[in-house]
Amino acid sequence: MEKMLKDFQPGERGRVKRLTAEGKTRRRLFDMGVTPGAEIVLRKVAPLGDPLEVTLRGYELTIRKEEAASVQMEVLSSVRTR
Amino acid sequence: MKFALAGNPNCGKTTLFNALTGSTAHVGNWPGVTVDRRTGLYKKLPERVEIVDLPGIYSLSPYSPEETVSRDFLLSGEPDVIVNIVDATNLERNLYLTTQLLETDIPVVVALNMADAVERKGGRLHPEKLAEALGVPVVAISALKNKNLDAVMKAAWEAASRPRAGTCVLEDTPYRPLYERALRLYREAGKDNPMFRTVKALEGDELEQKASPELFERVAGLKKEGMPANDFGDDFEGIMADQRYTYISARLSGAVTKKEGGEKLSGSDRADRVLTHRIWGIPIFLVIMFAVFHCTFSENFLFLSWAFPAAGEEEAAVELYDGSGALIEALYDADGNRLETFLVDGAPIETFYDASGRAYEGFFDADGNPVEPVIGEDGSLSGAERIFGSEMEALLAGISWHTFFGFEEGVNSPGVILFNTMDVLTSLVNAALVDAMPAGTWYTSLVVDGLWAGLASVLSFIPQILVLFLFLSILEDSGYMARVAFIMDRAFRRFGLSGKAFLPLLMCFGCAVPGIMATRTLENEKERRMTILLAPFFSCGAKLPIWAAFGAILFAGSHSDLIVYSMYLLGIVVAVLSAILLRKTALRGETPPFIMELPAYHRPQFKNTMIHLWEKLKHYIVRAATIIAGAVVVIWFLTNFGFAFWQGMVDQSESIIGVISQWFTWLFVPLGFGMGENGWMFVVAAFTGLIAKEMVVATMGTFVGMDDALDQDPGSLTSTALGSLVAGMAGGVPAALAFMAFNLLSVPCMAAVGAASGEFGSRRKLWFAIGYWMATAYVVSALIFWIGTYWWIGVILAALLILAAVIWAVVRRRKKAAA
Repeated sequence: MEKMLKDFQPGERGRVKRLTAEGKTRRRLFDMGVTPGAEIVLRKVAPLGDPLEVTLRGYELTIRKEEAASVQMEVLSSVRTR
Repeated sequence: MKFALAGNPNCGKTTLFNALTGSTAHVGNWPGVTVDRRTGLYKKLPERVEIVDLPGIYSLSPYSPEETVSRDFLLSGEPDVIVNIVDATNLERNLYLTTQLLETDIPVVVALNMADAVERKGGRLHPEKLAEALGVPVVAISALKNKNLDAVMKAAWEAASRPRAGTCVLEDTPYRPLYERALRLYREAGKDNPMFRTVKALEGDELEQKASPELFERVAGLKKEGMPANDFGDDFEGIMADQRYTYISARLSGAVTKKEGGEKLSGSDRADRVLTHRIWGIPIFLVIMFAVFHCTFSENFLFLSWAFPAAGEEEAAVELYDGSGALIEALYDADGNRLETFLVDGAPIETFYDASGRAYEGFFDADGNPVEPVIGEDGSLSGAERIFGSEMEALLAGISWHTFFGFEEGVNSPGVILFNTMDVLTSLVNAALVDAMPAGTWYTSLVVDGLWAGLASVLSFIPQILVLFLFLSILEDSGYMARVAFIMDRAFRRFGLSGKAFLPLLMCFGCAVPGIMATRTLENEKERRMTILLAPFFSCGAKLPIWAAFGAILFAGSHSDLIVYSMYLLGIVVAVLSAILLRKTALRGETPPFIMELPAYHRPQFKNTMIHLWEKLKHYIVRAATIIAGAVVVIWFLTNFGFAFWQGMVDQSESIIGVISQWFTWLFVPLGFGMGENGWMFVVAAFTGLIAKEMVVATMGTFVGMDDALDQDPGSLTSTALGSLVAGMAGGVPAALAFMAFNLLSVPCMAAVGAASGEFGSRRKLWFAIGYWMATAYVVSALIFWIGTYWWIGVILAALLILAAVIWAVVRRRKKAAA
């Protein structure tokens, strides 16, 4: 299943398929390790609903939904059921 | 010899730099940008080594000014070795920068930091494996515990003498033929660091395009012909990033073996569960902020006032003694009549006599100190004031431990204690100067009221800067600041700011000077400028006395809290509107992306915090002192001398500044407070407010003192005296409100201008800011006065606004329809 990182639920894990961002945002995402093949877990959403906190390559990154909307993901495992 | 320290933010670079250079560190600016440039000396090698600390960066692509200055410095040929600090707990992303550094021809040594943290978690590090994969020396260090630091410097020293050629991650990939062809072009052209430049040219990097446009075009041609099939098309930037990470995970991650078994929640994760909690995150943040302000500004620290019930006001005993120490039972007039009232026709009696008709030559208190009887308005003898031989004596008599610590109405917070200490110190110097110099001469005034007063005002900010930056530095070092940005970002994005701008702006409620200096933590240059432009609109502590005085007068004390509150609110509203306006005009442009690391929480390092404080303090003193020292002497001259200055000192109203203000009074007639007979006084007060807001009420006090028959001491200015001045305003209450608004929004003070000049780093931007503050103050004050005086103007303006909005909406719809 594929969906945008923006639409991930906390706890959901996925792999980056491709980036549709352009310019500085694209460069910055690459520099921070958001490249195709990278595994990302959505950790939490900020109290006001945006930005998002994700874990990738062993560290925590925060990213706005606006930018997360350009990261196409392949879902690996959805939210853990408790 | 020069070593460059390069590494990601939060990798322990500052700790390493501080440990290596100690007290030799020096902070400056990188040319053209306000990015700190730290340099220092390392002396434990045969040759002295200058260490240049590059800003923390993730990449050498020109994303930010930090990356650009780092890249320019590396390519300048200055550094002999790059010492690349790599955070072992976060190897993958840290090595991304390493792969770029390796593309240069500069010798590289990798310092694998926080090795101990990895081992504590049960992981193992293999520096030798990493060294083999990278082809450069790798030394495991702990910057925190001072471990292996000399070893890494020695390795760097040895590496300096071994020439190195750049290496690239594309070697074993299908892109090799392409990059080799491009590399040949750069080699033939005799470029320095050909590998680095080739890769950048392939990436389509704009700085490389500017550096050698011809070669860049030829590389672009090569790319068109020989691009291997791939998922990215011709996006070589994407390919490079992808290849770098592929290379890292394939070859380098073996250098660290993690403990088998599930990933446990780290301490950082547990802290984040609370600190960035959906519901509790914001309240916790507000409490932390409150604690910071409480420790800095509160005179009722920890709300301990309940433990110190206010002692009943002691009536000063009206006991007078004569020179021989005998209690005076009664006072008599010249005719020998016993006095019941001490006023004659409303004026106090000058000379008293004893029962035998002899005039007293002096009065004394029980301890034999000379005192002067104080006669109240109702004619009663209400107390006795001590007479002091010198300023110093008077000052010392007034100092007790209450002066520093409070205790009468609550305990002072550490910030206030520091502030009071500084105040006493500067007062002591002031008193010493007054006593030592002849009274009433122009040079005494120059030294006391000019030079020393200016220096004292610079010094008076130091306690607040120290305390606020102590907390800021702790919050920043611990990693919490990044969480603040995470929590608050949503609320600030609308105004073109990110969550990071929140703290500097909040600090401005205390004092704009540290607030402006704190903008350096903002990454984006536009955001930084915007934050500084908004800073003065947040009502600082020095403006509070103005609100308090006017509030007491305008609302007869009963609703003065309302007036104070409305001033704070007005400031916030103007700041919000300003942000929206600036974003559409002077600071237009796309919102910078918010893609930020949330570093693991660290315990703040005492040494780092102290060094940080010292740097901030030095920065402030150099900046503020240079501007203020020049300004105070000029201003002292302008306020104390008339145009015929050779004739000696004059009253403020006849001084150059008084006269000039009176010329410009017409300019302030539209604001209401320039109107009428006493209008010029408010103009002069507002003028001095541009120098320091503390001076506004004091200046008005001097006017009351001058005009009042009772010749009051401006220091003990009563609100009734000020009240008569405000009540005399020709524009009435709206003019008073406009005056307050003008003081709220105009240039805050010289110290803030000094701080802003340091952060803007450009005259043009500074003048724009000063102009913007003045214009905003003028327009808002005028609006307040006119709408306050003629309410229907408000209705007309509202109608115009609605009309404009309707027209705008229609035009937009048309445009949309056309498109």
